[in-house]
This record gives sequence, structure tokens and C-alpha cells, in this order.
Amino acid sequence: MPTMPATSSPPAVGEILTAANAVILGKPAQTRLALCCLLAKGHLLIEDLPGVGKTTLAHTLARLLGFQFARVQFTSDMLPADILGVSIFDRERGNFRFLPGPVFSQVLLADEINRATPKTQSALLEAMEEGQVTTEGETRPLPQPFFVIATQNPSNQVGTFPLPESQLDRFLLRIELGYPDHDAERSLLESGGRRAQLPALSACLGAGEFAQLQQRAAAIHTSPALLDYLQLLVEATRKQPRFVHGLSPRAALSLLSAARAWAFTGGRQMVLPEDVQAVLPAVARHRLRLVSGSHAGAEDIAALIHSVPLL
Amino acid sequence: MGTRPPQQLVEHAAVPWLLAVALATAGPHAGHLPLWLSLLVGGALLWRAWLWFQGGQLPPRWSLALLVIGAVAGIGWQFHSLLGKDAGVAMLVVFMALKPLEMRSPRDALVIIMLGYFLLLTHYFYSQSIPTGLWLLTAMALLTATLIRLHGGAQPLAAIARYAGLLLLQALPFMLILYLLFPRVAGPLWGLPQDAYAGLSGLSNQMSPGSISNLIQSGAIAFRSQFVGELPEKSELYWRGPVFDAYDGLTWTARPRNAPLPAPVIEAIGSSHAYSSILEAHNQRWLLALDVPTRLPPDSSLAPTLEVLAREPLRVRSRFSFTSTLDYRANRSETSEALQQALTLPPKLNPRTRALADEWKSRPPEKIAEAALAMFRNQQFHYTLRPPLLGPDAMDEFLFVARRGFCEHYASAFVFLMRAAGVPARVVAGYQGGEVNPVDGYLTVRQSDAHAWAEIWLAGKGWVRVDPTAAVAPSRIEQGIVAALPAGEPLPTFVRLDAQWMRQLRNRWEAANNTWNQWVLGYNPQRQREVLARLGLTDPDWRSMSAWLAMLCGVLLLAVMVWTLPKRRPADPVLRAWKAYCMQLDRRGVRRAEWEGPIAFAQRVADARPDLAALTHEAAGCYAELRYGRGGGEQLRLLQQCIHRLPPQGT
Repeated sequence: MPTMPATSSPPAVGEILTAANAVILGKPAQTRLALCCLLAKGHLLIEDLPGVGKTTLAHTLARLLGFQFARVQFTSDMLPADILGVSIFDRERGNFRFLPGPVFSQVLLADEINRATPKTQSALLEAMEEGQVTTEGETRPLPQPFFVIATQNPSNQVGTFPLPESQLDRFLLRIELGYPDHDAERSLLESGGRRAQLPALSACLGAGEFAQLQQRAAAIHTSPALLDYLQLLVEATRKQPRFVHGLSPRAALSLLSAARAWAFTGGRQMVLPEDVQAVLPAVARHRLRLVSGSHAGAEDIAALIHSVPLL
Repeated sequence: MGTRPPQQLVEHAAVPWLLAVALATAGPHAGHLPLWLSLLVGGALLWRAWLWFQGGQLPPRWSLALLVIGAVAGIGWQFHSLLGKDAGVAMLVVFMALKPLEMRSPRDALVIIMLGYFLLLTHYFYSQSIPTGLWLLTAMALLTATLIRLHGGAQPLAAIARYAGLLLLQALPFMLILYLLFPRVAGPLWGLPQDAYAGLSGLSNQMSPGSISNLIQSGAIAFRSQFVGELPEKSELYWRGPVFDAYDGLTWTARPRNAPLPAPVIEAIGSSHAYSSILEAHNQRWLLALDVPTRLPPDSSLAPTLEVLAREPLRVRSRFSFTSTLDYRANRSETSEALQQALTLPPKLNPRTRALADEWKSRPPEKIAEAALAMFRNQQFHYTLRPPLLGPDAMDEFLFVARRGFCEHYASAFVFLMRAAGVPARVVAGYQGGEVNPVDGYLTVRQSDAHAWAEIWLAGKGWVRVDPTAAVAPSRIEQGIVAALPAGEPLPTFVRLDAQWMRQLRNRWEAANNTWNQWVLGYNPQRQREVLARLGLTDPDWRSMSAWLAMLCGVLLLAVMVWTLPKRRPADPVLRAWKAYCMQLDRRGVRRAEWEGPIAFAQRVADARPDLAALTHEAAGCYAELRYGRGGGEQLRLLQQCIHRLPPQGT
């Protein structure tokens, strides 16, 4: 018998997703994408209206994966030091002592990141890229693993500082949650708010287990045919006149690793074009800008996929 | 009655395209169709356009049948036949005009397109000029664009035009190969043989007063010449046509011979000039060489009277190469029969002229000629295209009363005088001079350059040319007809063009026509041989040409195939098997979108055809393993088996 592509997730992954979906009702695709983002060692950006469960999703993931977790609510009067930490004078010892900020944690939930000024945003984004923080001439490494799960409101809302392209590029995936469907909302109404459940969540994974999962996800097989297809997609974004510019090579790498994680969470040992197509909107939408000036919409990505024949 | 499947209709927006095709292909025939037919065609097309505009119903079939019967009967009545060129073209035009009125299915539209391509060809029966060629090229592009529009659906005009242009361009290499190598047949490129002789003009085989001055009214081109070396002086350019040695008091003709005269003997003295001429068809045998030819083109001969004769009358525009010498002695010893003929005059006519000639008889022949020329030069003779009418004693009236005439008058009076004075003489008709077209360097000789001069035979010198017109109007010989004739003489405006820009325009147009004539219309077997010899294919016959033709077309097709094949046929057996499986599913009503991955497709099949779900899942799984995983031969075999395990269609 040939090995049929399995459709069930690996046990640990299935456990995490089941637990997460019990908290975030009716959004299995989004929770899977969020998990994939972390499995692919990327930072996650969740964008949607206030009150649809962005923070809850971030919080839930951190708890289920057993990560040390810190949360920062970004505001317009926030300073970089509020995130990175400050040195204060210790009178007893007679020297300066560094008080690490919330960035020194495994999962940093940056709530409403686009409410902060660009200066504060860039302080965080530098930490995301470098994996270390430099303050007052001293460089301090961040804990491993280090994830940022940022949430932001749609940028047309009042009082926001939209993230520039270069900084958006540092988020591996961007997802939208959207309103819950009818049944999910009814369950939500019947059982009360979800935040109350969060403290009760226990970690599904032991120490170091998540790193193993990451390694397994990165080892998923990609055939030359799949890479051909992925390249065709990326090249199409560069050729099609509807986009101002195409996906960068870094974005192509992101697409590949996200597709690997998606295939891994789907229980497959190889990446299929379907996996690439599934993660492409989350990878590409915040990186592609249309000629009209707005970011690419879901229908633009669908048109992109439909324009690249697959063999 | 069985129910017919619903018929597919011609797209409404495609109808104007088809009407444009009908108009572009049938319209230009209006010039030579009877008026009632043109009106019928225009009315039918307008009717169809109106129906399109209104969205009205097409007329019932019986009314169309009546129209067709009526039109065919009219054609039969008009042309007395339904066969033949004109009637056949008229029938095609009628079909083209009426077909849109019964255009319902796409098949009808295709019939219009095919009829259009065919109708294009018929235009060449009537005209083979450059504008016709350009128009038909445009019409062909329109036909092709309409074909694209019919099959490709609505798309931007620019896209259709680009595609049509590309298709026609792709045909270009094949066209060139066919042009070069397809064995040519002798004869006109287009048209039926009897068309070739209609409306030809040129010198005729007799000369009576007025015949040349009538010819001069035409600005049409008689021939074009290209010299290898330097062009001789204009006054040396005597292009020899027919030679007339018999006179009946009115008309000069060439006397038919009982026995063939011996071949002429020519002694060249000066340098020789090589040139080639493209002669327009004139339906006569003479080839208008420069006096006198020393080397002749093949299939021609030098007549005893020194003109070059082709074997057959010249019925198509043809190209000939000659070498001529301008300084010569011709027939120093002439037969007594020829000399006798050159002295014969009709009895009794023109007594005053004879009396004048009698006075000169005692002098040597050269002095007699000089005396006659001096008379023309010194007395009040006028050169004009509008001479007065002459009575029965034409020479007397001309020499002593009217003294107004044209080259034909001077030549014939001079020859009459010479014969009456005992000097053998004859009239030569032909062309004199010509004009160099600066655009392509060809010397253009028109009908307006037609001329007549005289030849006298002198012992020891042979036949010597004497041009009495030069004595009366030297500028005719040195500068041409326009300079010689006073303003107000009825010359064609085309010849007389004063404005510089118009002259340039005419020169360019004639040069373009010359190229077209030589390379398109005049590309005959001989020219084809020349071109192929230049390409290194010496002495080709139709067999070797056909072999080359087949080989080059084959190579070209092969190149096209090699270029397009990789895009069409997947070499990979995995891809082939998967494509075959998807094709089978397509036949069963589920088509895989081009971008759709195997598992997603299998999922969709499971929804649409639950009976095929398991099999398709297996096939998709095998394909995914083979193409995106690490699957091997086992899976390929399974995938190929899946194709055969599909239930038969329609179950």
C-alpha cells in the first residue's frame, strides 16, 4: 500500500489545536495559522477590529505552549524604555541596575502595536529582528525562543500609526480573525467571556518539546516541483501589474517555511501546492501593496493563485 | 419530431465584424459589377446592419431563397452565362452579401470568413496594382482578426490586432519560401489568358498621318531601361521599332516579303552599351532596342531591317537584356530587292515634290539629303501636334503650303523626297529619348516619346539615320518633347508636370511601381532562375525547386514544432498519467482548475461525484507522493491503474 498523505495532525499538535479551539470558538484555520507561525519561528501579527479575540488568541497560545508570557498595551505616549527596560540608580549599592522590560520574555504580546509612535514601534521591531536588545551601550540577549505576537487595529481607525512596509515584513504571518459565526457567537454568549478561562489553561508541552516540533516542521520535504511552483507564484507577484512591487526573497523564504509548518500541522511529510496556497494570503497580503495604494486583499491573492497554472 | 439540441448563436457583438468582412471583400468589386448588383449587395448589407442595430429577427428562409433565385437569374441574364470570370465573381459577391442575412450559428459565420478569403483572390483578376495589394492585405488582416474575435470572444481591439498581426507575420517565412521556390509558369501571374491583350497601346505596324501624334497624347510608360555603364547622350537614344518601306500615298507599311532577306551585317565602330529593358506589353513582336543591337536576348532575332523581333508578340510585361553600339555600319552591301523597295513610290502623286527632287537628282546622295534638311531648317517649317488636314497630294501640300507637322510628317516627306531623287530610303518608327527617374535610376520612356525618323542607304556606308525632325526642332531630340512643343499643345499633363514636387511624386510612384512590376508581377520563370542563381542554386528545374521547397518548409515546420512542443507535451510520465486521469474526470463532469492542487481537487471531486471520491483520493495521493513527496515506481503504477479503474462514462 502506498503511504497515503495522512490527514491527521501529529499528536502534540492536535492536542494544542484542540485546546486552543476550545477557547477561540469557530476559528480553527486562524489558530492553526497562528501555531504554524510559531512553529516556523516567525512573529505573528493579528489585525482586526477591537473585541474579536485577538488578545485572547495570543494569550491562549502562550499558555498552551508553556511559554513565559508578558503583555504590553501600546499607547501613543509610550517610550522605548517602557518595553526594553531602564537602568535605575541603586542607592544601596551605589550603581545603576538594569530593570528588564517586558521584552525579556519568551512570548511578548504587543497589544495594539499601531497605537504607539514609530519610535517605540521600531524599538520592539529591532528586538524582533536581532534577538537581542541594546540599551545604554550594553547588549543583552533575549530569551529563547522569543516570539512577538502583535495585534493591531485596522489602520484606518483613529489614532493609529501604520507600520511601514519594512517593519511589516518582519512579521512572518498576518492573520485576521473576523466576526465569529452564528453558532460560535451563541456558545460565547452562553458561556460568558473567554478571558476567565485563560488562567485555567495548562501547558500541553514540556520544556524543549516545542523546539523539537519546530525542528520536525523545518525538516518537511519540499520537492523540486513544489519549489518550481513556489517560485512561479513569487515571480508572478513581481510581474503582475496590479502590485506595486513583488515579494522579496525573504518573503519567499517565509512562504516556504510557513508552508512547511502548515504541511506539518496537517500531518504530512511533504509540502503540497495546497499548503503554499493555504498560507499565501497570510504571508503575502501585508507585504504586497496594490497600485491603488492599499494592501492586497483576499481576492487579489486568490486571483494571483488562479493565474499560476499548476502541473 | 425529434428535439434538436439548442443551437448556438453567433455572438451579437461579433456581427459588425462579419459585416465589415463582407464589405471589405465584396465592396471593391462594385467598380466592375453591373449597377443593379452593386445596389443589391449594398442593400443586403445595410439591411443586415439595421437588423443588428434593432435586434430584429432575421428574414425567413423562403424570402432569402427568392432573393438568391432572383439574383442568380439576373446574373445569368446580364452575363449570358453563370460560368466564366465575371459571372462567377458576381455570384460569389451575391453569396457574400446574402449570407449574413441567414447567419445564425457560428458555422454560418465561418462560411462568411472562408468565402471572404476566397473572394480576396478574385480581386487580382481585375487589378494587380500596389493599392490593390495593400487593400487586400488589410482585408486579410481584418478576416483573420474576425476569426480571432469569433473564437476568442470579446477582447480589446489592440489585443485582437496584435494577435492577427502575429499570425500573419508567422506566415511570412512560408510566403517567402513559396515565393522564391514555387515553380513559376510562363504567362501573366493573374487572370485568364484573354485578359492579357486587352487595352494595350503602343506603336502600330503601320504609320499614317496622326498615328504617332495620337500616341503622344498618352503619358503611359512604354518601357524602362537600366544601363550597366554610363547613359549615352539623350540625342543618341533612338529606340528602334517597326521599319516601313512601302508607301501607298497615305500610309507607310512594312512590305511583306516573298523570300526571306539575308541576315543583316553590322560592323560596330564605337563602344557598346549594355542595358536591360522592362517592356510593357504591346502585343507586337518588336522589342525596341537601342540602334543598333549587337547582342540580343534569347528567343529573339534581328530582322533584316535591324529591329529586334521576339518569337511571339509581347503579351506580358517582360524584361530583356541587350547590348547596342551607337556608332555602326549596317548592311554596306544590300540586296537589290531591298534597294529597289526603298526606291518605290506610288505613281503620279505629289508632282511638285517630284519636280523638286528631280532638280537634285544629279547631286551625290549625301548632298541630296543635306539639301532636303537645309530646306526644313531654313524655310518656315513648324513643329506642332496640330497639323492641318492634308489632301490626296499630301507631300505637296505639306512641303509647299502647310509646312506644319509632326515627326511623322517630316520623316515621311523626307523619305518621299529621297526616293523621288533616287536615294534608297525608309521610315523607322520607335521612341526617342527618355527621362531618368532619379529615384531608382531607370530611364523611363513613355508613349509620348514616340518618334519617327528616316534612314537612307549610302554606298560604302550602308543604312544611315537621318532625323529630319532634328532639323526643324532640334530641341525635340536634345531635350525632349516637352521642350520642343510650344505651350498650349495638347500634351498630357502627366508628361508636362511643371511643379517640382509633383514631378518628384510621380517619379517615386513610378519607381515603386517598377519594383512591384519586376519583383511581384514580373517574377516569371526567367527571373526566378536569375534570383535562384544568385542564391547559389544554379540551373534549377521544377524538380529541384520542389525538393528545396519541401525541404525548407519542412525545416521551418520542424523549427516551429521544436519551439512549441515542450510547452505542450509533458515528458514526465507522472505528469502524463495525472493529466490523463484529470482528463477522464473532465469527461465525467469535474474539471480540475489549472491552479488546483491534487488533494484540493480530490476534495472537490468527493463533493461533486461521491462515487469517484475514493478512487480520486487514491490517485491524488499517489500523484502528490510522486510529484511532491518521495514516491517511486509503485505509486506511478497505481496512479496509472486508477485511470483504468474509473467506471465507464455515463454511469
